[in-house]
Amino acid sequence: MTDIIKLTAAETAEKIASGELTAVEVTEAHLARIEAVDEKVHAFLHIDREGALAQAREVDAKRERGEKLGPLAGVPLALKDIFTTEGIPTTVGSKILEGWIPPYDATLVKRLKAADVVILGKTNMDEFAMGSSTENSAYGPTGNPWDLTRIPGGSGGGSSAALAAYMAPLAIGTDTGGSIRQPAAVTGTVGVKPTYGAVSRYGMVAFSSSLDQGGPCARTVLDAALLHEAIAGHDPMDSTSIDAPVPPVVEAARNGSVAGMRVGVVKQFRGEGYQAGVVQRFEESVELLKSLGAEIVELDCPSFDLGLSAYYLIAPSECSSNLARFDGLRYGLRVGDDGGNSAETVTSLTREAGFGDEVKRRIMLGTYALSSGYYDAYYGSAQKVRTLITRDFEKAFEQVDVIVSPTTPTTAFPIGERADNPMAMYLADLCTIPTNLAGNAAMSLPCGLAPEDNLPVGLQIIAPAMQDDRLYKVGAAVEAAFVEKWGHPLLEEAPSL
Amino acid sequence: MTTTTDLVSYEDALASYDPVMGLEVHVELGTNTKMFCGCSTALGAEPNTQTCPICLGMPGALPVVNATGVESAIRIGLALNCEIAEWCRFARKNYFYPDMPKNFQTSQYDEPIAFDGYLDVQLEDGETFRVEIERAHMEEDTGKSTHVGGATGRIHGASHSLLDYNRAGIPLIEIVTKPIEGAGERAPEVARAYVRELRELIRALGVSEARMDKGQMRCDVNLSLRPHGREKFGTRSETKNVNSLRSVERAARFEIQRHAAVLSSGGTIVQETRHFHEDTGSTTSGRVKEEAEDYRYFPEPDLVPVAPSREWVEEIRASLPEMPLARRNRLREEWGVSGTDMQAILNAGTLDLIVETIDAGADAASARKWWMGELARSANESGVAPEQLPITPAQVARVSELVAKGELNDKLARQVIEGVLAGEGAPDEVVEKRGLKVVSDEGALGAAVDEAIAGNPGVADKIRGGKVAAAGALVGAVMKATRGQADAARVKELILEKLGVTEG
Repeated sequence: MTDIIKLTAAETAEKIASGELTAVEVTEAHLARIEAVDEKVHAFLHIDREGALAQAREVDAKRERGEKLGPLAGVPLALKDIFTTEGIPTTVGSKILEGWIPPYDATLVKRLKAADVVILGKTNMDEFAMGSSTENSAYGPTGNPWDLTRIPGGSGGGSSAALAAYMAPLAIGTDTGGSIRQPAAVTGTVGVKPTYGAVSRYGMVAFSSSLDQGGPCARTVLDAALLHEAIAGHDPMDSTSIDAPVPPVVEAARNGSVAGMRVGVVKQFRGEGYQAGVVQRFEESVELLKSLGAEIVELDCPSFDLGLSAYYLIAPSECSSNLARFDGLRYGLRVGDDGGNSAETVTSLTREAGFGDEVKRRIMLGTYALSSGYYDAYYGSAQKVRTLITRDFEKAFEQVDVIVSPTTPTTAFPIGERADNPMAMYLADLCTIPTNLAGNAAMSLPCGLAPEDNLPVGLQIIAPAMQDDRLYKVGAAVEAAFVEKWGHPLLEEAPSL
Repeated sequence: MTTTTDLVSYEDALASYDPVMGLEVHVELGTNTKMFCGCSTALGAEPNTQTCPICLGMPGALPVVNATGVESAIRIGLALNCEIAEWCRFARKNYFYPDMPKNFQTSQYDEPIAFDGYLDVQLEDGETFRVEIERAHMEEDTGKSTHVGGATGRIHGASHSLLDYNRAGIPLIEIVTKPIEGAGERAPEVARAYVRELRELIRALGVSEARMDKGQMRCDVNLSLRPHGREKFGTRSETKNVNSLRSVERAARFEIQRHAAVLSSGGTIVQETRHFHEDTGSTTSGRVKEEAEDYRYFPEPDLVPVAPSREWVEEIRASLPEMPLARRNRLREEWGVSGTDMQAILNAGTLDLIVETIDAGADAASARKWWMGELARSANESGVAPEQLPITPAQVARVSELVAKGELNDKLARQVIEGVLAGEGAPDEVVEKRGLKVVSDEGALGAAVDEAIAGNPGVADKIRGGKVAAAGALVGAVMKATRGQADAARVKELILEKLGVTEG
């Protein structure tokens, strides 16, 4: 059993295709693992045991019929509870959608099913993906498998924890300001935010439409690439979806190399607020890249300093409009419908009870930023900053092939530490936000443990839009070098649960 | 509903004030599917059967722009002599209403697809008035609320409301005029003529049936008064959803009189929306806009910008049909009718029918005569639009052909039309069944003429004596004998011939 859950997705698929393992065995092993440890971790909000086993049986039947299996056929996956799943609850970590059973599958879910990926269940997250710790979930926090008293990152903490605790070899996240990459960094896993528009948003409950992007999470760079390939591609149901071939990410992941590449290090991604051990591991990573044949280029991107401020105007503005539909009239929670209250009162009571504090804070912030008389000063200025950040990236990518930085300034912090301090919480996304604002691609992968707390540190690699394959080429090279240096994958050092 | 609004006479109002109008017309496009999803737009389906996650605003659902909707918008824009944006975006108009599933309306704000145009409209006396167009933009319709339990059907006093989202997401084009100034006492007439011309244009473009009675075209009349000689506009009222041409005119007229009464008694006009009542021709106060509602518009991030290529726009321009006013002017010349006659044809809704009848072979005069006479009357009596009569232009053309050939006279032709309308079949069948052929057998006709001469020797003598006008009496006798089935002109010829008299 232990062996099955520690396999990578690529290995698992291979063993299923060759008949060494059945998909049902694999699924049962993971369901057993969930049963054994998820009470402690709380990565899942909903486990679809029957659905997962049915999918697995179908894969085994296909194999028996001699049908060709796809590269991820039979591999279990943990799905962030932000994607709609027909017939399966979708809460987005919010009380306001408690009990809602979507009538349709998200495009990403359809693609996963078409690829014969086995969906084990839905993972915990900060309510409406707003947060960096998963503490904002209406259904309670998730523990970091490295130290259950610490946060697994957010908003996709359920997905990252499921990977780090071997409850699934693959997971799906969404990244609006770092919600894939920061959880990957603090759990010692791999997470990729693809270029905006690479993965369909149809059926992904919106937080901030112009920033939201679904992406792959895994324990290895190759696994992330395989999942990336399965979920990316044009979707006519999403107007912002890119109508171009998916970059050759799997090929890149199989041929990792940085020799001759120009790698940028941005001045603005350093300084105050960065934990010493994080800086140390990052600097070692830069040295490693040099030793692997990369040329390091210092970059100045002054607009990046404004990224966090711009983000906290744009994302709340869009969310204030996106979340307006949750009014208790058509689906989800309804409070105060006693026959005497007006529709407006029922809506007020529903929202009062159904939305958590952080969600309310952002709705109010966004409503204010879009108000007549304030629009230009807030939303308008933020959009200008966004343009400047995009230009800084463009200039940077004239000089370098990829940029590297720490993924997040600190390692996993204790649950509760920043819960009452939104500003401290927001700082966790300092290095990840510029990429969301510019719409390009980025990856986080493990680069060691911080000496002071023995917790994982993430290295962020940033590539230009539509060049997602570069992330995998560089990531695979770095991963291979580190594993060689450590003698094993970083996750092996995590305490057993 | 009784209203106690004070009014001054229309003449007095115009003596002191100058009306300024703004007209906002919403047109539901006749696309097969909704603006942002694949649901049907067909009217009359069971409530909430033409919905999907997208038009219901389900979590996670995303809109995709209907390309035909954009093309229709461009067609309308071009027909209104507008500039077509090279790049424009949709915007979210945020407000809360239960019949709007997302609690924002996907619309356009400061980047409309079409802007800065004009529409020339013709008044009853043939005079042309140019209405400047501010913009035409794309948006989606809301669902429909039915308020139950109240006395008025309005939300006030209702016990509950029923929501039907079939209409939610149907493409709308909103066409907004610039302030219409200088129309003076003819302002209500201009309003009506504008809406009518717009309706003709929308239909000619084939983008919508623009049936006001079905809500496919809805008009808001914004109106203010200012004392003569002042430039600054007065405070306006916004009369919503005025849904017939006649109502548009009446609403404008009523508001002129109401504003004048308020202003001349020293009062101030409240900026508010008003409801028009068909029964009384009056308006009543709706929602007072104490503060301008803040819709918090911002660019719709779920949709990529619309950037129609210039080639495409030119292709669309080249495919535009002849504009209705130009067409009417051309036809007026071709047919040799007056402007007033043409207005009458337009008012009767028979223009296209006449054209089709001519295309089917009839001459212009008889086509016009049938559609503006017998058929217009018949439509009027049965309360249907002329095109809904159970007779086709081809059938009218056939009747007219039979008359031209002398096989029917006018009186018989009317009976044939009557038979077709009564469902007795095509004109030839009616002729057959009713036995309505003109007696053109010269022998039979000659015998009838001889009989008439013989039976009226006195009259015959008068004719012989040069009183040709007296022939009418003999013609009458022959017609009576043939039960009206003779060609009267031919009968008269025969009588004169037999009596050795020549006309003139």
